[in-house]
Amino acid sequence: MAQLDTREKLAILADAAKYDASCASSGTAKRSSAGETSGIGSTEGMGICHAYAPDGRCISLLKILLTNSCIFDCHYCINRKSSNVRRARFTAEEVVNLTLAFYRRNYIEGLFLSSGIIRSSNYTMEQIVEVARSLREDHGFRGYIHLKTIPDADPELIHQAGLHADRISINVELPTEQGLKRLAPEKSVEGIAGAMGDIKAAIEDKTDAKRRFKSAPRFAPAGQSTQMIVGADSANDGEIVTRASGLYDRFKLRRVYYSAFSPIPDASAILPLQRPPLMREHRLYQSDWLMRFYGFAPKEVVAATGADGMLPLDIDPKMAWALKFRENFPVDVNRASKEMLLRVPGLGIKAVNAILLSRRWRTLRLDDIARLTVSVARLRPFITAADWTPGGLIDRVDLKARIAPPAKQMELFAA
Amino acid sequence: MRTVHLAAPDDFDGWRDAARALALARVPPEEIVWHAGDGAPDLFADEAVLDTAVEGAFSVPRAFVALARDAVCHADAERFALLYAMLLRLRDQPRLIEDHADPLLRRIEELAKAVRRDVHKMRAFLRFRELEEGDQPRFVAWFEPEHHIVRINAAFFVRRFATMRWSILTPELSLHWDGATLSEAPGASKADAPAGDPLEETWKTYYASIFNPARVKIGAMLKEMPKKYWKNMPETALVPQLIAGAQARESGMIAKSDLKVADAVAAEPPADVGGNSRLAWEALREEAAACTRCHLYKHATQTVFGEGPIDATLMFVGEQPGDQEDLAGKPFVGPAGQMFDRALAQAGVDRGTVYVTNAVKHFKFEQRGKRRIHAKPQGPEIEACRWWIEQERVLIRPPLTVALGATAARSLLGKVVTISGARGRPHVLQDGGEAWVTVHPSYLLRIPEREKAEEEYARFVADLRAAGARAKELA
Repeated sequence: MAQLDTREKLAILADAAKYDASCASSGTAKRSSAGETSGIGSTEGMGICHAYAPDGRCISLLKILLTNSCIFDCHYCINRKSSNVRRARFTAEEVVNLTLAFYRRNYIEGLFLSSGIIRSSNYTMEQIVEVARSLREDHGFRGYIHLKTIPDADPELIHQAGLHADRISINVELPTEQGLKRLAPEKSVEGIAGAMGDIKAAIEDKTDAKRRFKSAPRFAPAGQSTQMIVGADSANDGEIVTRASGLYDRFKLRRVYYSAFSPIPDASAILPLQRPPLMREHRLYQSDWLMRFYGFAPKEVVAATGADGMLPLDIDPKMAWALKFRENFPVDVNRASKEMLLRVPGLGIKAVNAILLSRRWRTLRLDDIARLTVSVARLRPFITAADWTPGGLIDRVDLKARIAPPAKQMELFAA
Repeated sequence: MRTVHLAAPDDFDGWRDAARALALARVPPEEIVWHAGDGAPDLFADEAVLDTAVEGAFSVPRAFVALARDAVCHADAERFALLYAMLLRLRDQPRLIEDHADPLLRRIEELAKAVRRDVHKMRAFLRFRELEEGDQPRFVAWFEPEHHIVRINAAFFVRRFATMRWSILTPELSLHWDGATLSEAPGASKADAPAGDPLEETWKTYYASIFNPARVKIGAMLKEMPKKYWKNMPETALVPQLIAGAQARESGMIAKSDLKVADAVAAEPPADVGGNSRLAWEALREEAAACTRCHLYKHATQTVFGEGPIDATLMFVGEQPGDQEDLAGKPFVGPAGQMFDRALAQAGVDRGTVYVTNAVKHFKFEQRGKRRIHAKPQGPEIEACRWWIEQERVLIRPPLTVALGATAARSLLGKVVTISGARGRPHVLQDGGEAWVTVHPSYLLRIPEREKAEEEYARFVADLRAAGARAKELA
């Protein structure tokens, strides 16, 4: 085989990495190059998306695999052993140089490095760690680094990864154990959970040490995250939401990403061959938000699902919950607690905070609410204000039809 | 009329000094004309802001100062006047800053928000190009912000690229960093910046490769990366061709996978097909054994999965397992199954060559004393179970599928149909297969009049015979 140049390798190894949904470059420690004479880069807490691809996803990090060769045969993965995609492999130095060259031109916030498993888990993990080490120690790189860890690599290697990286992740891959068994036969639920538990413990140890000794090294200051593939196994939304909330609780994850299963070239015969369920993915992310920021308990989100355990696709999960549990409405915007205001469909966190501040000052009327929100028509049935009461609107059978957006004709490229 | 001349469009300090003095003198907002930068001064206006300076001081909430700092940078010509009007009101009622429903405060907040967004987008979408210059390269960017944000954004680029030499050129203002100090220069034009950078082709390669053509969401892209920023970003030149190619690539991928499975079924000898597909089918059956997609699993004994050769060209779909199937774990073994076997044999179709399965894979029943009476599955149960049947169909790819009864027809066709309406004609399924609809054998068991029962049975056998012949044609 002819030698591939860097651009050819990049095409193969970026293509192989695109099924990983995570792109975050936020939530890490602040770093700056001001006043420094060497090194490069900064992080400021809030991540930056440097471009958007036509798939609607942001491009924040250089997201690549070190190699797409793999000794595993996970059916959902384009890089599995039995797939006949073209293989390529970067050297650690090539990845370091590419990251720095992109960073200098302000294309990226940093690097997200993952890899197929070559030779052994430990060998692969060593290579990943070497890239991060070289960036930090040889080049004084202060940008963002996200490393994907290999489940059964030596804990010492994962520890080293955490010392260099801002974020560490390990994919649970599938929401159900049966799904994992069927589609990723070499991976095990116990192996993945064990590694996540180790990382959680290491993060807590270092946070504790940092509290006592300012000089203690940081360990993955942006925490750990994971990803689940949606639509490749039989799990319904209720099961996925429950699983995700269990992961948040057990491993103190920063994020659980969902990746709608995409038809991949040369797909394994075991997988469904439909369009990726993008709307379903979107509804799952919305339910994730409800649990993380809106005070919904996992079982409340599950209660919003239909008899088949799925969240409705035509309305968002908060609206679905509100329509199902109408006895909680209408909510008085001038008196209700923050918790109740957050349950009103169409009221976001910013709007709720603005309402809480403004009502100390005046009795809110419907016009005031209209100024603070995007669409007052949608949330009107769920609130009372100084000059507004929904009357019997909340109990109407056709309420959903009155507020749900009318079905649109499918666009050529719609999700 | 009084005219205030500010040094620059983003001159916050100048606005603050003037506004403080004017507010102390209680000059109403409508008597002030605000000028910023090089705009021609109003000839008839007074030169001095105030004839006599008014001594004194007053304080405003800190949140307002932060808000005003951002809002001043907006391109809206009214921004200084709006901020001054707000300042006057806050002087008397400082807590007004909490009233986000106030129209004026809201408008100013919108201005500040637009500025912050522009600041963020400049950090995101500005692209440096490398310029060979002596022994050390200089990185030069051309950027066109919407608001007057270059100065307030400078510190970010210093923090990030402190050890590089760089210049940011914009129409209004240019910044130069030599590794130690930041200097300002007048605005520039696009021609002053380098026309390209050899690395841009590599970056475009990355952009094209990380894009997933299976999930095009143009609206989401445009929301965060509006077209106004595109002209100075090298990668956006690729967007039209990526979108155009996406659907062709996606359908190509699906067609290729379809073809592979279809080819395998059609072209390879049956013994070989067994290999992978059988493993996949066994894995699927094992996964289905633990199914909890609907509540029926709670009371049923076990999941009753489909049965038959993986390379079958004819698939039969029934309603759901009955009492005996539930205990045996095999489909079509009870009274209806025996009736089905008899009819199949009479129709000349070998039961050993067909794949039989059910639309719903758990037994649904009502307990009456010691007997478990069959209960019809509801829509959500059929929907929940459809996942399994779709997976079975992907693996087996039967050219012909026969729905036995209304539940099976609903599951296959995805809509409620009547047997009388759907019977006797082909239906095209989403996966390209052909489906026929007939009655469920249990229906034949329930007809009380013997004559009618015989007539219906004969019709059922005729349907099965036709299906057998059609399957041979399609195979």
